[in-house]
Amino acid sequence: MQSPQPVHREANHYRVQKVRGKAVDILYALFRYALVIGISFIIIYPLLMKFSIAFKDKADIYNPTIYMIPVHFTLDNIKMAMQILDYFPLLGNTLLFVVVTTLLTTASCALAGYGFARFNFPGSNILFALVILTLLVPTGTLMVPMYLHFRSFDILGIIHLITGKEGINLLNTYWPSIITSATAIGLKAGLFIYIFRQFFKGMPKEIEEAALIDGAGGVKTFLRIMLPNAVSPMITVILFCFVWQYNDTFFTSLFMSEVALMPTKVSSLAAQANALLPGLLGIGAGGSSIKADPNHVAMIIDTGILLAIIPLILLYMVVQRYFVESVERSGIIG
Amino acid sequence: MRGSKLSLNHKRSFLGIAFIAPWLLGFVFMFATPLVQSIKFSFSKLTVDPSGFSLDWVGWSNFNNALFVDATFNRVLTESVRDMVLNVPMILFFSLFSATLLNQKFRGRILARAIFFLPVILASNAISAAEASGLINLVGDATAVNELGQSGSQYNVMSMVMILSDIGLPLSFVDYIVDAILRIYEIITSSGVQILIFLAALQSVPGAMYEVAKIEGATAYESFWKITFPLVSPLILTNVIYTIIDSFSGSSVTQMIFSTAFTTQNFGLSAAMSWIYTLIISLVLVIVGYVLSKRVHYN
Repeated sequence: MQSPQPVHREANHYRVQKVRGKAVDILYALFRYALVIGISFIIIYPLLMKFSIAFKDKADIYNPTIYMIPVHFTLDNIKMAMQILDYFPLLGNTLLFVVVTTLLTTASCALAGYGFARFNFPGSNILFALVILTLLVPTGTLMVPMYLHFRSFDILGIIHLITGKEGINLLNTYWPSIITSATAIGLKAGLFIYIFRQFFKGMPKEIEEAALIDGAGGVKTFLRIMLPNAVSPMITVILFCFVWQYNDTFFTSLFMSEVALMPTKVSSLAAQANALLPGLLGIGAGGSSIKADPNHVAMIIDTGILLAIIPLILLYMVVQRYFVESVERSGIIG
Repeated sequence: MRGSKLSLNHKRSFLGIAFIAPWLLGFVFMFATPLVQSIKFSFSKLTVDPSGFSLDWVGWSNFNNALFVDATFNRVLTESVRDMVLNVPMILFFSLFSATLLNQKFRGRILARAIFFLPVILASNAISAAEASGLINLVGDATAVNELGQSGSQYNVMSMVMILSDIGLPLSFVDYIVDAILRIYEIITSSGVQILIFLAALQSVPGAMYEVAKIEGATAYESFWKITFPLVSPLILTNVIYTIIDSFSGSSVTQMIFSTAFTTQNFGLSAAMSWIYTLIISLVLVIVGYVLSKRVHYN
């Protein structure tokens, strides 16, 4: 007759516990959303601002009541920024350059990563330590020798032997970047080799043995079996390489300062806008001293930056799903 | 029997070398050779002429000039090292925090991840250079831009400083926290790759461990410090090293080395500066690597 009482109390206790647990969960979820949304806003805010500025009319600059959405919509900013940047030829040029170097880097780094992951040859560990060394030495250290190297490019004096000249001047051509990316020594290539090596190390050995028994040689195994399986590290590497190459100002301004590429053009956008804007507006063309409104110039610069990063954002939107998924399975860590 | 096995091994090693051949070529001609040359340059006076360049041995004078004669090099160097020391813990803390956040299951997680990795895409020297020049253009003065940036976040800092010091925290710590909050944008934008690395590490922690801990009655706080933290600690080392290298690659020292070489044409001095810089980074990396690797948990 006494037993129901404690059972009842216990059930009650359990229920209270459950309700309390649920309340904590909900509170925590709210807190988490607040954090995630807050941080996301900080990240996206400058982008939103640039979008808003790009469509803003000149008349809206001095209107303090406008926060985000302009009163007078206009495409003038975009048109002018495009004219100043010479946008579409520039974009085509840059994309061609970046795609070629990205493909070469990915190919050479995949080869090197596979070589380091699956073959034991004398000194392979030391050589891999040297790969890491290439990451650690700051690019500034190699800058001057590389510059002089490409200024009179010559391998082992072969060109000197044939033509008698002091090598070829490769500066302001695409060749310095093509050569460095084809030989897996370009921009952050050490990191890419590392990613590929970690991935290939994780592949089961039996696959290769089976391929060997079926009569596939090393190269064939790599091309037909290993590469098709390496999609996730490949996406990671391609995206990183593309983005960093596209944004790189260091090597492009060192080797190709006169070639029209997006990063060098964008970083000098302010000077260009200051010089060209009065002419485009039809005030004081031809070297007169009339200056454009600095606020207007800032607007054009923001629009130009937006135009420069739009291709990257589009690319990211397309691949981000694969990218984020691949991170979970990729070889970015052991 | 033995002979054929040996030859297979030989074949394998040749194949391996063939796979890394492009990299090896690049390493020898585009990395090792320039590296040796740059040591030579740092001890020489280099004059560029139309057909090539010539070197005159000057001994340690370039190093001497960089360290004791040049007016700004020391200051720029110490400043960028100090910035690095301040930034690395903040970036690390923020990226581990965000990765833990993004690893939990909630609605819109995929979107949140996409946004958190956006800085990886948008971090660009070209863009920041253009933005800065846009601001300079607007204000007309570079120092004004810096002040503008500092007061740019319209947040009343003093109130926070008061609250924190009222709690009784040491003032230097309060300074550090306030500094972190004011530069939150900078910190967020430079921690994209680190978030990625931590997230990948968190994904590899077996879920069963958390279940066991939960059954044993561990709170979320306890299971973070007893399970998550030890298991991602090897990646903390990786991330520290990555952050240090990354923070140096876009620093003002690099720009100074660049301008010494290509605007003032003093290649020898520039090479000496970059070697001093390289040695300091290596020293920092060795110290940090040594201290951290003793505390890292490997399983």
